[in-house]
Amino acid sequence: MWTSILIAVVVLLVLAVVFGGLLGFASERFKVEGNPLVEQIDSMLPQTQCGQCGFPGCRPYAESIANGDAINKCPPGGETTIKALADLLDIEPQPLDAEHGVEQAKRVAVIREDECIGCTKCIQACPVDAILGAAKQMHTVIESECTGCDLCLDPCPVDCIDMITIEPDIRNWTWTPPKSGIIATDRAGAGA
Amino acid sequence: MSEYLLILVSTILVNNFVLVQFLGLCPFMGVSGKLETAMGMSLATTFVLTLASVCSYLAYTYLLEPLDLAFLKTITFILVIAVVVQFTEMVVRKTSPLLYRVLGIFLPLITTNCAVLGVALLNVNKNNNFIESVLYGFGAAAGFSLVLVLFAAMRERIAVADVPVAFQGAAIGMITAGLMSLAFLGFTGLVSV
Repeated sequence: MWTSILIAVVVLLVLAVVFGGLLGFASERFKVEGNPLVEQIDSMLPQTQCGQCGFPGCRPYAESIANGDAINKCPPGGETTIKALADLLDIEPQPLDAEHGVEQAKRVAVIREDECIGCTKCIQACPVDAILGAAKQMHTVIESECTGCDLCLDPCPVDCIDMITIEPDIRNWTWTPPKSGIIATDRAGAGA
Repeated sequence: MSEYLLILVSTILVNNFVLVQFLGLCPFMGVSGKLETAMGMSLATTFVLTLASVCSYLAYTYLLEPLDLAFLKTITFILVIAVVVQFTEMVVRKTSPLLYRVLGIFLPLITTNCAVLGVALLNVNKNNNFIESVLYGFGAAAGFSLVLVLFAAMRERIAVADVPVAFQGAAIGMITAGLMSLAFLGFTGLVSV
């Protein structure tokens, strides 16, 4: 009688210890670094690092969205980004929050080079290191790196930076989706 | 061979776990609101039930029986199933984020389900051998998935139907489940295992 109880207790104890050890080992061995959801949201944001959403860059905003923040604070991404995020998170798309700015066509900064005094202030302000130059040397913008975030305009003491809208050409032209609500079934869906 | 086929037909249709044996009713009512979640739940259940019947069979045959500890089977099964599912969840989460998105939240949910423990205990009661145990678990899961997906599809239709106020929501769901159960009773006598 007593031996069988003892055996039962020992067997359960051994099982529990082995399984506990296994799970403990697995939780260390298979630890997931970072939040995969944050990665996905971050990859949908436009990576302008402009800070118009109120966060210091796209990644902090992505983390905030993953924690339940509103998805409509990104003017550079505009409607397309909001739609993609709403799809990913399975929530209703909202219109862009005007408090954080309005959606504009894609722009790049261009420095009027003969007016530049080489103060390096815009280099420090650039979130993506798209401005090239050294102290007392003329600066210039690497066009392909520039995200059009406007952050270099304010620090420039001689106001020699222009924001130029990129005219759509064959490489960056995108198709404009038609207005929603044209088709009757769309309207019925929105009403339901 | 035909014996294995009989086990499958028996568990899927004749002795359906949800509608005939009334096991696993909680997820049946709980996650059948949307077809998509019902699919995820079905996949997770199929996985867990098959795995659970394998593990509990091994634990019973090679640990409890030789030590004459058959009376410990319930608690041992709970322990084994919980650990194996938890472990698999960790591995899946690390190796395949995509699969984790599909199964993720349902895996721990189904672990504590009565259908899972029911399969393990019924396997012991029926003296199933290894292959029979696997098939029994898989068949039970397939039956569960079948009725869960059917029921979810029906509930999606009911959601837009003109249901009298008193019957809306869970009430009409219960009635539908009852009618489904009656319909599945029609399979009785198809095979006898």
